[in-house]
Amino acid sequence: MSDPTTQAGTPAPRSGDDKPRPGMSERSIGVLGDRKKARLDELARASAADRGGVSLVRDAARRLRRNPVAIIGAAIVGLFVLVAIFAPLIAPHDPVQRFDELTKNLTVDTIPGASGEFPLGSDPLGRDFLSRMIYGARQTLFVGVLATLIGLALGVLIGAIAGAFGGWVDVVLMRLTDVMLALPSLLLAITLVAMASRSSQWTVIFAVAIVSVPIFARLLRGSMLAQRESDHVLAARALGVKERNIVLRHMLPNSLTAVIVQATLTFAVAILDAAALSFLGLGDPDINRAEWGLMLGVDGQRYFEVRPELAYYPALAIIVVALGFTLLGEAMREAIDPKNRR
Amino acid sequence: MSLLDVRDLSVVFQRRGERPFTAVDKVSFTVEPGQTVGLVGESGCGKSVTSLAIMGLLPKRGNKVTGEVLFEGTDLLKLRPDDMRDRRGREISMIFQDPLSSLNPVIPIGIQVAEVLERHQGRDRKQALRESRELLDAVGIPDPQRRLTEYPHQISGGMRQRALIAIALACKPRLLIADEPTTALDVTIQAQILTLLKQLVDETGTALVMITHDLGVVAGLCDTVNVLYGGKVVERERRHELFAHARHPYTHGLLNSVPRLDSPRGERLHAIRGSVADNIPWVEGCAFAPRCDNVVDACLEGPPPLEPTATGGDLRCNNPVSEEVAVR
Repeated sequence: MSDPTTQAGTPAPRSGDDKPRPGMSERSIGVLGDRKKARLDELARASAADRGGVSLVRDAARRLRRNPVAIIGAAIVGLFVLVAIFAPLIAPHDPVQRFDELTKNLTVDTIPGASGEFPLGSDPLGRDFLSRMIYGARQTLFVGVLATLIGLALGVLIGAIAGAFGGWVDVVLMRLTDVMLALPSLLLAITLVAMASRSSQWTVIFAVAIVSVPIFARLLRGSMLAQRESDHVLAARALGVKERNIVLRHMLPNSLTAVIVQATLTFAVAILDAAALSFLGLGDPDINRAEWGLMLGVDGQRYFEVRPELAYYPALAIIVVALGFTLLGEAMREAIDPKNRR
Repeated sequence: MSLLDVRDLSVVFQRRGERPFTAVDKVSFTVEPGQTVGLVGESGCGKSVTSLAIMGLLPKRGNKVTGEVLFEGTDLLKLRPDDMRDRRGREISMIFQDPLSSLNPVIPIGIQVAEVLERHQGRDRKQALRESRELLDAVGIPDPQRRLTEYPHQISGGMRQRALIAIALACKPRLLIADEPTTALDVTIQAQILTLLKQLVDETGTALVMITHDLGVVAGLCDTVNVLYGGKVVERERRHELFAHARHPYTHGLLNSVPRLDSPRGERLHAIRGSVADNIPWVEGCAFAPRCDNVVDACLEGPPPLEPTATGGDLRCNNPVSEEVAVR
């Protein structure tokens, strides 16, 4: 309990410690200038304030703000979401209207290019290409959000059941997710769309959602199992908390962080998958729907020799938005990783 | 009738393909109402497993619990899981070693206290929160109104352990099991928490089972002490008797290895030779024999029986330390 050397009246000489210690004596404090003293006080106050409860969320948010990758990702995502939401205000024209001044110049090998009224020119049907690009953001956000949310909901349900019950329930559910993971996700999505009798945007959303389910399920099940062994779950059991509440109040809320970060990453994949399905002609058959994947796949491909911009812009938009979500997701994952906490 | 009467409690861990491991081997002890009983021993001696077995908190699979745990005459081991769940937190509570990991990180302190009251006392949220504030106040948490809405990471380690004590004692249980409640805390906070525990069990008449490896904790708190080695009780004694005349060589060694303020300078600390074996072979003799200074032939022939001593305790030793050479 007590170090014997501290009991002696005089400090005991220690081996290996014969150099005079460079500690601060009263004198060295005394010679500090007023400015330095003020600075010291400021530092002391800051560190005292800092220690008053740095929550995981606040700590992660602080690290996110310092990470340039996160800033870039958030900027792209923010811009994309704004464009999608305010599409009717931003877009110069109606995206489905065919303009006479454009259609009259359409021939087999000419598509009108940029002009004052139509900054990105025409699409092959005489519609304003810029407005269709802007409305495409809206469609992409809609598909991405819905697909991710449906996938998240189903994945969380399966993962939570597997993690909560364990045993054979866990084994059965996890083997099912293994089967789904064993198939390449795009192939599985194509199969699902092909199985639908009539394709619409909903078949795309559903297919993309299903593909993301096993990832969410596995991730949540893993953290649920870790939570089950945690001290606070044992402590809750010791208080007689009912099993249902242990799962819903203790295990589940503490397991969600990883899943929420994964959702950001899944969003990027959902956008790419949805675009890929449209590109392959498995998307919404409605020709009026402005959708980047469709624009790239049908117009871009068919008229690539005539006007390659018809392919460039949708492709660039898909890449940039997917990149934005990936950057943000990766930065979030890094930020909440306890190993990076300082 | 004793409040808690543990009779021949054994816990055997059995994993497929491995030899069964006896973590707790026919442990018996009693706790009288309002009494404080210590379970002392080094890591791996079975003290935590004993407490989890009493609470019915061992995993369902992979172990076998035998014996009886009579709580006011009812065998807890025979209760249906639902009945046992209703008693946990209401009649028997437990506090754990690490106060941070024992609290749910995503629920405010006040709600965590309130939920126990809602669960066992049927209080509504409003009233439960009011009582929570009083409880937090009673365990010496400053500004309890504010703490109600704060999360575990926002308060200090000592306060977290106080909050856990408040949760454990919220329903005024008759028995509190404290599993190394001060190990994760600073020395200064340890003393405060022990004082608080002592004061609370005295006030409420709660009996306390104190599980610890720290003899200092035992000295300050326990009426009776059970010393465990290799899953068996090797010595049981009232506190003063134990500290004055430890008779088992293991207890004696433990007491001797506590650093003392008045020991001569330069004197080396006593240590018990060796370390606990992984699977302790009580069948082949006394498990402590390989580390014992007093070992005699009989120690290697079979486990010595637990026999009553003249001072009213029990002792499992063939060749106890004689009183003349007991600790200063």
